[in-house]
Amino acid sequence: MSTTRETSAPATNRAGLTVKDYGGLKSTLCVGCGHDVITRQITQAFFDMGTPPYKVAKLSGIGCSSKTTAYFADRGHGFNAVHGRMPAVATGAMLANHSLLAIGVSGDGDTASIGAGQFVHMLRRNVPMIYIVENNGVYGLTKGQFSATADLGSKLKTGVVNDLPAIDLCAMAIELGCGYVARSFSGDMKQLLALIKGAIAHRGTSLLDVISPCVTFNNHEDSTKSYKWAKEHEEPIQEIGFIPYFDEIYVEYDPGTTQDVALHDGSHIRLKKLRADYDPTDKNAAFGLLREAQEKHEFLTGLLYVEPTKKDFLSLLGLPAQPLSTLPLERVRPAREALAQMMEELK
Amino acid sequence: MSVVLEEKAPAEAGSGPQSIVNDFSIHVATANGSGSQSSNNILMRAIFQMGIPVSGKNLFPSNIQGLPTWFTIRASKDGFIARRRDIGVLICMNPETVHEDVRTVHPGAAIIYEESLKLDSSRRDVSFYPVPFQKLVLELVQDGKLRRLAVNMIYVGVAAWLLKIDMEEIRQALARQFKGKEKAVEINWTAIRGGYDWAEKNLRKTDPFRVERMDKTAGKIIIDGNAAAAIGCVMGGVQVLAWYPITPSSSLAESFIDYCRRFRQDEDGAPTYAIVQAEDELAAAGMVLGAGWAGARAMTTTSGPGISLMSEFVGLGYYAEVPAVIVDVQRVGPSTGLPTRTMQGDIFSTYNLSHGDAKHILLIPGSVEECYLLAMEAFDLAERFQTPVFLMSDLDLGMNNWMADPFPYPEKGIDRGKVIRTEEELQSHVRRFQEFGRYKDVDGDGIPYRTLPGEIDNPTAAYFTRGSGHTERATYSEKPEDYERNMDRLARKFETAKRSVPRPVIETGSGSRVGLIAYGSSDFAVQEARHLLSRKGIPVDYLRLRALPLTDDVPEFLASHDRVYVVDQNRDRQMYDILRLEAGPDAFKLRSIRHYNGFPLDAETVLEGIEAGEKN
Repeated sequence: MSTTRETSAPATNRAGLTVKDYGGLKSTLCVGCGHDVITRQITQAFFDMGTPPYKVAKLSGIGCSSKTTAYFADRGHGFNAVHGRMPAVATGAMLANHSLLAIGVSGDGDTASIGAGQFVHMLRRNVPMIYIVENNGVYGLTKGQFSATADLGSKLKTGVVNDLPAIDLCAMAIELGCGYVARSFSGDMKQLLALIKGAIAHRGTSLLDVISPCVTFNNHEDSTKSYKWAKEHEEPIQEIGFIPYFDEIYVEYDPGTTQDVALHDGSHIRLKKLRADYDPTDKNAAFGLLREAQEKHEFLTGLLYVEPTKKDFLSLLGLPAQPLSTLPLERVRPAREALAQMMEELK
Repeated sequence: MSVVLEEKAPAEAGSGPQSIVNDFSIHVATANGSGSQSSNNILMRAIFQMGIPVSGKNLFPSNIQGLPTWFTIRASKDGFIARRRDIGVLICMNPETVHEDVRTVHPGAAIIYEESLKLDSSRRDVSFYPVPFQKLVLELVQDGKLRRLAVNMIYVGVAAWLLKIDMEEIRQALARQFKGKEKAVEINWTAIRGGYDWAEKNLRKTDPFRVERMDKTAGKIIIDGNAAAAIGCVMGGVQVLAWYPITPSSSLAESFIDYCRRFRQDEDGAPTYAIVQAEDELAAAGMVLGAGWAGARAMTTTSGPGISLMSEFVGLGYYAEVPAVIVDVQRVGPSTGLPTRTMQGDIFSTYNLSHGDAKHILLIPGSVEECYLLAMEAFDLAERFQTPVFLMSDLDLGMNNWMADPFPYPEKGIDRGKVIRTEEELQSHVRRFQEFGRYKDVDGDGIPYRTLPGEIDNPTAAYFTRGSGHTERATYSEKPEDYERNMDRLARKFETAKRSVPRPVIETGSGSRVGLIAYGSSDFAVQEARHLLSRKGIPVDYLRLRALPLTDDVPEFLASHDRVYVVDQNRDRQMYDILRLEAGPDAFKLRSIRHYNGFPLDAETVLEGIEAGEKN
């Protein structure tokens, strides 16, 4: 397995950049926030993949999670949009310039409540972007109200009990045709890093629902989104290895215990099965697994569903190879004869 | 009663030959979805082909099938194409509304109706022409399924006989309407011809209305404002359209799609545009901002309710300084009610759309040609000023048929604004100004420079886009002085915009101390009203606004007149209020004329408003 590569990463990557070149501003989140761990994994993943940082377009909505796009890849442009509406901005940006690598960072409020509509339609379109939900079950920036991913029966610090069922963003994503759906935990760095790299290699929307405890408002005894709860309950469905397309090391694997998934850019994901016979390319199996997990209150992590060959939105539109934003006037303004023809038809 | 009617009202029905030639309205009353649109187009086109200035308006309900709808065709030898209040020829095809329709026409009108309705005893001051439409359609059309539609062609034939419309022109208009569908042409021609022959044989003309060949439409086109604006967008090089269907703007997006499919393909067939039907107007606005931020010419089309939903994104666009073009084809709103009727309803709210301080550039076309030209202009202004720009059309202009000269090919290139797109440009910028500050006013006009994501592999080029709280270098800041400085620069940018937006069209020289300010689709009725007023000895000067913010021309116009009437197609006199606030020391001279019943403005409303004001 090649998952050990991260720890022995060289000082510079294949683009000749150091990990610092993928950094950003200092975080202003609370000390110990799960989001900062995710930021570090995003930074590392871009570095490991040798992604040109100026090609990264960072998009977010509003909330603690949405601030984090300022904390990595500051050689790329960032856009802090309005609450719950980042998918639309990302869609527009990708239409304008499909050579960008779009990464959206959102939260459970930004995604599952105010942004539910846009989230759904981004998935349905399969907009090529990485969409990370930093999911802590509460609104942090407005000081601790429940979000729509809070588990039924979980308690706020103030004692308020959540009596509505949680929205399972992963199940929703699979239902809507998302081709890369994973759940992880900010405390499981190794798994998270591999999943982010897989997302970079995937073409289409990749959804990462990452449980990321809020140390200030949702890390107490009765919370089901606390570090303690997550650590005690996390049950990975696979051990995930990532082999980038530029890595020539070929490692033998046993198809009985390991599944290999080839991604869009030629990279591979190697999944060592921890749940016997679970196949993440089987949509029904994915639904079944999530339903079962919900009934048994299990916290399953890993690559839940993958469909690497699904066409993304830009391919469906058949856009030209050159980004639309760079087309010169003569390619976007019809000739004199064309206007004359339009006019003739109206006479 | 206004002078217009006295002038044009015919003598008692049947009393004689005093003809009214090329100067009347035809009003066709049908039920929505009954397929009368083709018939009405054929009538309008045939008159147009006879060289007579014409316009067509669909006064339709928010419904697909069954509710009453009216189509009015105005023929005007003088070229006035606004709605006329008085109806010359009424064609009653809708039993639901027939009694009300007949009651409201002016004396002297001609009324064609289904014989079995037995209307002829209801009024004595009009000419009735009963036609056995149902009986005729049984005889003329063999296919039972086609009769419901073909019955409308019979009235085309009857009207052609009554108004002396050249049947050869009708035939050509029919062929054009059903281009390439030989069978449809044949069936409909039989119905039209049948109606004509029956009328010739059975009716005796007693009304004064008729057409006579002229030469005033040669080379002209007929187009609706939405299609005109769509062509402007196509020619303006739009790369991204994100839209959500809403009447009355949908046909703009659909025209754009049609024209793009035909005229906006690369040699290998790849589209040079992307179109997304968004999930709602919020998403449409977000996509436009995302695309504008990443360097595409991007737009959306909508109407009032969509504008409301876009408010938050528009505010962000203003502060983040992202180019966007938003076409608002205004209508009456909100919710159900009169969504298919016209209004200049969003002027005030759109001018200031956002939470917090914001002011936007509004372009206001007053004709189909300006829909075309200002649509193109909107993209130049949006990119030059890096801000959302609105094209404020309305239902009357957007969805109705207007005559115009063919649109000119754009001779100048496009203005993409202050964009740094290459390493060399970035280096030269830094040499000149020591640094790249995304929101730094280095030219003194309030307009900063921008870079686009993913174009320059240099950390200096990257910046982080956010709302109001940022420094000149686009870093996060909540410092009072940073916020104030940025707000002042945005105000300065808007001052610069005042010198760049299209200037008003001013028609002075009447020597009058009375002025008139109007905008948008009001122009047609205002032109006609001025003509009528000058014939009555009340000449008025005219300033037609084509944009907000106001240019210097407006205070100058106010200074040189004693009283200036402002025509608004809304109850709250929205433009009047903006002028009161922003037109300077002479704003006290302003008076308001309002029209807000959902129907397009007519000349009499303007005339009566000014007459009443001038009497006092």
